[in-house]
Amino acid sequence: MHDAGKVTIGLVIFLALVSAPFWYNLSSGRASYTPEVEYPKDAESCVRDSAYMAAHHMDLLDEWRDQVIRDGQRFEETPDGGRRECSLTNTCLGCHVSKEKFCDRCHLYMGVEPYCWECHIIPEEL
Amino acid sequence: MSIDRRKFLTLSGLSALGLAGAPAVRVFGQDTTDVAQDTTPAEPAQPEQPRAPLVAQRWAMVIDINKCVAAEGCRDCALACHKVHNVPDFDNPKDEVKWIWKESFEHAFHDQEHAHQSEKLRHATLPVLCNHCDDPPCTRVCPTESTWKRESDGLVMMDWHRCIGCRYCVAACPYGSRSFNWRDPRPHIDEINKSYPTRTRGVVEKCTFCDERLARGQMPACVEACKEKAMIFGDLEDPESEVRQVLRETFTIRRKPGLGTHPEIYYIV
Ligand code: HEC
Ligand code: HEC
Ligand code: HEC
Repeated sequence: MHDAGKVTIGLVIFLALVSAPFWYNLSSGRASYTPEVEYPKDAESCVRDSAYMAAHHMDLLDEWRDQVIRDGQRFEETPDGGRRECSLTNTCLGCHVSKEKFCDRCHLYMGVEPYCWECHIIPEEL
Repeated sequence: MSIDRRKFLTLSGLSALGLAGAPAVRVFGQDTTDVAQDTTPAEPAQPEQPRAPLVAQRWAMVIDINKCVAAEGCRDCALACHKVHNVPDFDNPKDEVKWIWKESFEHAFHDQEHAHQSEKLRHATLPVLCNHCDDPPCTRVCPTESTWKRESDGLVMMDWHRCIGCRYCVAACPYGSRSFNWRDPRPHIDEINKSYPTRTRGVVEKCTFCDERLARGQMPACVEACKEKAMIFGDLEDPESEVRQVLRETFTIRRKPGLGTHPEIYYIV
């Protein structure tokens, strides 16, 4: 152990440099950032329970579009016996009125960019 | 009790890992707890007033050319259709997209044309649209089943999600009823109907006999818009329906019947 001192100093400098991004993110608060989405104010629940929606809303949308276009089933029953249209713009964005403050905020963070809006209308942008 | 190099490196490696892992655990851990807490009871959704859908075994249409001739220059049917379906208007026949439009008798029925055709027909323009053929050539050539004949009521449907823009159907349709979007349609739509999607560059589109309106108990937009009542829409399989009644009593022709596509739009000349 001839150069213990020098090796230790070197290691400390090395570690400081390598972990710098972590320190930076920790101190700037960015590491714990999660997107703040805006929920509908006048509704308490989604079209399915929210844990399912968080994980599987894209599957539900796929189901809906096949059901509407290929099977001609445009409506589904609601638990209270009413009916709801299975529509991306009319239903989802009818309740989540700001796509930008809801869908986009989460998608941006997750790095997802659905192409649906090339055709489906975003009412808030008109 | 001195610490050897191996132990020192192992320990410092582990502590570095710990530092790196903490923020990650915080981010992802928080996400899951949020979800787990979301168990608010369901609020009853506002029930909308449902209208019974219009159903048929075989939808068909009869168009009375005489009434179109009487209302010379009228394009109400086309305007109404293109408005509700967000059909773009390119001032340019090369890029044109259309679901229903007015055509001269000569063009629509060129196999009926001759040099001494009646004055009326020589100057007539009449609406043409997808014929919703009984044996549609377009659906056969579609490689993705993006267009198909709906067995329940005979509509020739479009699934824009599947269309890959190969344009085989455009080539196969003998009536020119299909349009390809060569350019982005959005900037060419005057007033967007929020409740119906547009299409995008690279897909084919056409009339669907307003399947979205039938499902809501409404007549097709063109039929509803026609003040002359020149368009009669109904069930060909129902002997009591208005279309059947008119077909029984009046001489009617169809476009290019010789091709064997069995078009389901009939014209009173
Ligand atoms: C009637 C209003 C309403 C409609 C319609 C609706 N939602 Fe929701 N949605 C909500 C509410 C309220 C929440 C929050 C639920 C909660 O906190 O329990 C929610 C939650 C969600 C979540 C979970 C968000 C998160 O942070 O976990 C997603 C994703 C979502 N909705 C997507 C959709 C999609 C996609 C549609 C259309 C298929 C849709 N919603 C239709 C009201 C609605
Ligand atoms: C809580 C976060 C969150 C919210 C809020 C959210 N999404 Fe998503 N969405 C995701 C994630 C994550 C994915 C990607 C999942 C994957 O790739 O498996 C996704 C994927 C999708 C996809 C499929 C995209 C693709 O390319 O396959 C669609 C469509 C979609 N979301 C629609 C919506 C709509 C519409 C809304 C608003 C009404 C919405 N999402 C709100 C997180 C969210
Ligand atoms: C090429 C244009 C186009 C794209 C891209 C597109 N759609 Fe559609 N979509 C349509 C059209 C046109 C309809 C038919 C509307 C009708 O008949 O009412 C439709 C209908 C639907 C419907 C049922 C009716 C409604 O009003 O929503 C759903 C659900 C749907 N699409 C979901 C999606 C999703 C999710 C995506 C993205 C992953 C997507 N679409 C991308 C054109 C498109």
